[in-house]
Amino acid sequence: MEAVFLTFVFVLSIFMGFELISKVPSTLHTPLMSGSNAISGITLIGSLASLKVGNEQTAIILGTLAVALATVNVVGGYAVTNRMLEMFKKKDDGGAK
Amino acid sequence: MISNIDLGINFAYVVSAVMFIFGLKMLSSPATARRGNLVSAAGMLLAVVVCLLNVGLDYKWIMIGMAAGTVIGLIAAYRVEMTSMPEMVALFNGFGGIASLLLAWSEYHQHPALSVFIAGVTFLTAFIGGITFSGSMVAFGKLAEMISSRAVTFRGQHIVNGLILLATLVFGVIFSMNPAANYPVFLLVVVVSLLFGITSVIPIGGADMPVVISLLNSYSGIAACAAGFVVHNNILIVAGALVGASGIILTNIMCKAMNRSLVNVLFSGFGSNAQAAGDGPQGEIRPATAEDVYYILEAADSVAFVPGYGLAVAQAQHVVRELGDILEKNGTEVSYAIHPVAGRMPGHMNVLLAEANVSYDQLVEMDDINPQMDSIDVCVVIGANDVVNPAALDDESSPVYGMPIIETFRAKTVIVLKRSMNPGFAGIQNALFFNDNTRMYFGDAKASIQALVAEFKDSV
Repeated sequence: MEAVFLTFVFVLSIFMGFELISKVPSTLHTPLMSGSNAISGITLIGSLASLKVGNEQTAIILGTLAVALATVNVVGGYAVTNRMLEMFKKKDDGGAK
Repeated sequence: MISNIDLGINFAYVVSAVMFIFGLKMLSSPATARRGNLVSAAGMLLAVVVCLLNVGLDYKWIMIGMAAGTVIGLIAAYRVEMTSMPEMVALFNGFGGIASLLLAWSEYHQHPALSVFIAGVTFLTAFIGGITFSGSMVAFGKLAEMISSRAVTFRGQHIVNGLILLATLVFGVIFSMNPAANYPVFLLVVVVSLLFGITSVIPIGGADMPVVISLLNSYSGIAACAAGFVVHNNILIVAGALVGASGIILTNIMCKAMNRSLVNVLFSGFGSNAQAAGDGPQGEIRPATAEDVYYILEAADSVAFVPGYGLAVAQAQHVVRELGDILEKNGTEVSYAIHPVAGRMPGHMNVLLAEANVSYDQLVEMDDINPQMDSIDVCVVIGANDVVNPAALDDESSPVYGMPIIETFRAKTVIVLKRSMNPGFAGIQNALFFNDNTRMYFGDAKASIQALVAEFKDSV
């Protein structure tokens, strides 16, 4: 039963994704990609929850690596997107840097 | 048997999901995009903090992992040049993919006796995560020019890839039927997925990178989403599905902008068999000096710059903006016409010009500039080739036929900045260069434009 419930969430989210993204202008495609790329680092949450006290060594190594790499994805992704979006300015509010 | 803490954690995840959705929604306008990204980041922070409230976590290793990841991520994000943005995104993307693979592996390692459904999804997570990682690494290598950005093809490539897929399917069924007894099969799929990522991206040429990066972006979302099924976590499923869908849409937009199907991009090895430079349209070219170009631009009422990947290579975005400003002071109307697949990732040119402080309302999309092309005095094509090739409209035998282009040839005068007469990435000679209203201005894009700026400054 849980599988059905999770699939429900999955299908609805896909439709939501299609709706949201098709409205983004091509000017913003790069930030959109790196921003959504940062969101895909959400796998970090799963990795964190899997690192439990008392795990054996292999699981600790795998889990820690997963946490580290997913963190790079999340932190780097958001930081770089922010850096890019900072640069998108109109003339009249220019010089805000 | 859900404790109050678990309930609270899951409600907080709902809030995170809503913040991701609003963040993406705000990305649809340049005015709100930056706030949107911060909203999305805050949603992620909330999810992480809340997740850390789970009972029984091993904080020592969590802290080590997160600290290492944060340091690496921040350094990379703040040191990267804007021109290198495509490879940076590919790299981050690959890390997300491998993290999903490792998560699935770790879960399987701890609880090998999975139900058939969950075993199948675990297998899928590892497979897609592996492809995302090695595919992104190849894309990174190509974009950073560490490996040849040409399409690398070998005989029987499709057969090899087809066999790999078939084998994976068989392994997947074997594994799902009895996951506890098939640890070696799981390890095998990890290796196979990594190999498959390489063999599937290596035949794709540099000019098709916008499609590949979008697709890999989608894969990393799907991998995270599948990992969500493995660990029964809604936020992974929602966020992963959002990213998966957004990647697919971008991929589709990029394919349309090249008038090619996804299958064609993935399997054709476009640009692998370049024609000899002598083929295709021939004729007399009209070279121009900096002084000639200066007189043309000086007299123009409207100028449209058409940038391509060459602009990024030459790092010419700042001088182009300088020239644009001079022209505006001179009373010329200046715009920047941007083809959807110009550069190496979707929207690449927009980011470079934004970096150089070009106002975003001067950035015009292809569909908006083409109708007014007849009234534009001068088009300055900088390091772009295939996206302005008129053969796309009228030469059915051309490989680019049918691809929407920026119709620069309809402007009164076209100035093409180019290093030499070598054909573009697709290896096709460009009829635009031989038109009566085209002047070729040879040289490095940055140096050429600097020379123009100097001409303008001297004449004041």
